[in-house]
This record gives sequence, C-alpha cells and structure tokens, in this order.
Amino acid sequence: MTMVHSLTINQLIEKLRGGQLTSRQIMEACLNRIDSVDDKLNAFISYDVEDALAQADFADKARSEGQEGALLGVPVAIKDVIAVKNHPLNCASKILGNYESPYDATVIKKLREAGAIIFGRVNMDEFAMGSSTENSAFGPSRNPWDIDYTPGGSSGGSAVAVSADECIASLGSDTGGSIRQPAALCGCVGLKPTYGRVSRYGLVAFASSLDQIGSFTKDVKDAAIMLQVIAGADEKDSTSVPEPVPDYTVALSGELKGMRIGLPREYQVDGLDTEVKAATESAVAKLEELGAEVKEISLPHTEYAIATYYIIATAEASANLARFEGVRYGARIDGEDPEEMNCRTRGAGFGDEVKRRIILGTYVLSSGYYDAYYLRAQKVRTLIRQDFLQAFEHVDLIATPTTPTPAFKIGEKAKDPLEMYLSDIFTISCNLAGLCGVSLPCGFSEKGLPIGLQLLGRPFGESDLLRAANIYQEATDWHTKRPDLD
Amino acid sequence: MEIDISRLVKLARIELKPEEELRLAPQLGEVLGYVDKLKELNVDDVEPTAHASPLSNVLRKDELADSLCRDDVLRNAPESSNGLFVVPKIVE
Repeated sequence: MTMVHSLTINQLIEKLRGGQLTSRQIMEACLNRIDSVDDKLNAFISYDVEDALAQADFADKARSEGQEGALLGVPVAIKDVIAVKNHPLNCASKILGNYESPYDATVIKKLREAGAIIFGRVNMDEFAMGSSTENSAFGPSRNPWDIDYTPGGSSGGSAVAVSADECIASLGSDTGGSIRQPAALCGCVGLKPTYGRVSRYGLVAFASSLDQIGSFTKDVKDAAIMLQVIAGADEKDSTSVPEPVPDYTVALSGELKGMRIGLPREYQVDGLDTEVKAATESAVAKLEELGAEVKEISLPHTEYAIATYYIIATAEASANLARFEGVRYGARIDGEDPEEMNCRTRGAGFGDEVKRRIILGTYVLSSGYYDAYYLRAQKVRTLIRQDFLQAFEHVDLIATPTTPTPAFKIGEKAKDPLEMYLSDIFTISCNLAGLCGVSLPCGFSEKGLPIGLQLLGRPFGESDLLRAANIYQEATDWHTKRPDLD
Repeated sequence: MEIDISRLVKLARIELKPEEELRLAPQLGEVLGYVDKLKELNVDDVEPTAHASPLSNVLRKDELADSLCRDDVLRNAPESSNGLFVVPKIVE
C-alpha cells in the first residue's frame, strides 16, 4: 500500500481536491515518518511541529473556502541556507549562533503564495561547501539506502528528506552539483535551473556567479510544478533574468522524436565505475528507443573544469564569507580589538572545509597571484562555456552520469579534500557555463545504491530538459523505488 | 607546493590553532598543486568570464521603499546598544 507521505505533489493535489485527504493528514504523516526514521538519517536540523500543523490547518481552511494553489497544503522542506522569516538559519555552521531570519527569501514568498507548508530546516555541508553532508556542525546525514554511506552533498538533507518520504519536496542550492549529486546518490529527482532563472534573494551566498536554488522531488512532473512556482525575475535579485517563464507542466507532454542528445567523449574518465557506466548507457539506449537521436560530442576543456571551479568558487567564497565577523549576526568570541575579535570568531565558528576554502580563495585573489590563478581561471571558464555553446549547436541536450561512482562511505573521503573535489567532475561544468541540469534515477548498483542520469540543457532550456526526463520516467520505474527503512 | 599559511590566515582573518595549521597547510598545498594544471593552457587571447548571465548594468528606479525593521535586524547581533552594533574599542 502506498502511504500518504510517499505520494507525489501531483497525486496529493488530486486527493486534496477530491476531498480524500486533508493537508493536516499529509503533514501528520510526514511528522510521523520523521519520528520513526530521522534518528537514523539526520536529514532535519530542526522543525517546528506546531507551526507546521498550523500552516496545514490554514491550507485546509483555505481549500474549504474554495481557494486553490499549485502547492496548497503540500509540505516542502528547506535547506538551511535559505531565509524563512522567524525560522532559524545556520548554514549548518556554528558561526551563526541563534540567528533567526528577519525576512523571507523570494522563493519562500513564492512557495507561500502557492500555498505550500514551509517546513523544517534540512541538513547540508557547512555553507554548502562539500559533497557528502559530513561537513555539518549538526552531524552528518546518512543515505537512506544504506546508512553507512553518505547521501552526497551539499544539499544532502534535502535529498534524504525526499527519498526517505519525510517530506513531499524540498529546496536546495547547487553551486557545483549540490542538488544533482545528492539527488543521484539518494535516488530522487534534483533540478538545477539555469543561472538567473530563479531569484536568489534570501539565499546565503557561497559563490555568487555559480549559486542557484532548485528543487528535490519524487518525480519529474513534481520538478516542473516546483519550477513553475519558484521561477521568474525578481527586482530584489539583479542577477535574475527577465526571460518569460513558460508553462513547464504543458512542456512535459510531447515526444522525444527529433530531439538530439549528445554524449561527451571526454566523460569516459578513468574513475568511472562500471555499474554507473552500464546504468547510464542503458538509460541513453532507452532514450534512443523512445525516439531521441544520440550522437557523440566533444567538450575538449573538461579536464580543466575542477581546477577552474575550485579557484573561482573559493575566491568568491572568501569575499562572500567576510561578512561573518562577529559584529552583525551570530556568535562572537571577544578580543582586545575588532580584528582580534574577528579572527577568533571566525577561527572558532567555521569548520575545516570552510576554512580551507576561504584561505584558498584568499590566496588566489592575493597580490601577486591574482593573474596567475583567478584571472586565468576566469579565462578557462570562457573556454569551458564555449565548449558547451558549440555543442548545443549540434544537440538539444547532453546526457552524462551524474556522478562517477554510487554513494561512498561516511569517512571514506573526509581526510582527502582533493579526492572529494574530483568526485564533482560531471556536475561542475554546468554551473561554470550557466546551463540547466537535472539528475534522475536510472538504476542501482549491486549493493542496492541508486545511480543517477544527468541531463544538461541550454540556458533557459528547462522545457526540453524536463520533457526528455519525463518521457524517460514514464517508460521506466526507477523513480518509484523506495529504501526499506523499517 | 609550499604556502605561507600564517600570512594567509591574517589576510583571511581566521585564527588557527597550531595543529590546524599543520593539518590544513599540506592539504592546501595539494589543491594548489592540482589547480596548477590550468597553466598548461594558452589563454593569452581569451576574454575572462565573470558570470554566465546574459545581463549587464541592471538598473532600477531610485525610489523610496520599505526596508527591514531595525529592531528585527539588531535582534541577531551579538551585542547592540541604542540602535547600533557594538564592537570592541577601536580608538584609545
């Protein structure tokens, strides 16, 4: 029997409309699920039961008065890097102390307008820096398919909460794969919209030229519903683009015939796991069988993407995180003068990975090294972007594995930052080039760990991306599998 | 690759314990060694990319609008007084 908390947004809305379910029942089902599984998984940093149930009752009342909304009465969990008024916001760090947001992020405002229940703070790597959710001041999250494994990161809690049916959908952020990689490793759908498609007002900045908010959902239809709600230009975010927002749900229907899908030659890397290779190859074969035209393409600067990313992202992070200095918000460790207070506060408040990245970013921007590192990386970024724009003259989408391997064990890569960085090889270029991308379930390893297929689309090409993903999903059942947590 | 970590932590305003310096310095050296890979490419005639957005010079009208309430903002400060943030003494 399918339980209420494992239904999709699409299914729930139908049942809510038909009066077979109330929003309160859905919220209670999610809360019960969290009670029974989250001790093991640690997806949630915090949640407010009373507030969640009050929002659910409010949604039920609104519906009984004839109101409608794309997400009316649907619980959505929020990554701990997005501001929700009067809710805690920690970025999974100690440095923010008892911070509570004085305002709503634009995506939260839009979710509220669509009727969603804004529910809980989900775990992440501190300041979204990491690929395993091990760098959290609130302890690591665990993969629901095997709790000895990481869920990926940085939006690990967002992926776990959806895959383990602790909520119906969630928001995350993606700077170099932080939505797509955990979605792949946990077996749900993770959508990173194009840079500029969704307002970032109220998202705590990590790397401003790369960060993007996106969703985790149980299927592609739900990803389209979520994007429809959160997309659009916002006068509070000058990097949001006034490109018209198409009807993504309508864009889902159609066929794959005539769609050209490119396979990058350079993505046949040494560390590519044989099971991941086999699963993604059969997913591509399925797409071909469904009518797509598959051809090989070349992205010649692929091998430089990780180095480029870790210069640009750390440089931007070192500037963005300068604001955490113990004056305006969060924790403070006192000192004799402001500088000593800053240094002590930051030394005690940030974890290892955040310190590493701020120091690296400081180095690549420092006098005498700027041209050799930062400026050079910006130039290589141009080459990487050109690779993609040229490829998209010949194909409509690009298909790749989301990650080179299935989930890795907790602690396995924690002592070797460079090895952790190298696992981001397939997701990073999308952010550097400003594309959109989605990860969807396409199989399992012999150990029973999920494998993800990544599709990349042109800037503002979410309609094609979601249509191809949805057609694949209608012909397969990987996305319907759930971990056994009892 | 060797880096002068004590200079960098001053620039970054992060106080590290001696054991942290010992742990982080070789890790940073390893990452810097890896990113040196970019020196293989000739980028003399390539324009830098700062971001991938199609926009430039985004302007809006200079109009009065509501801002956050001061008390709401100061509520999160470690120390405040008379509507101001308090920091340790700067001038003797």
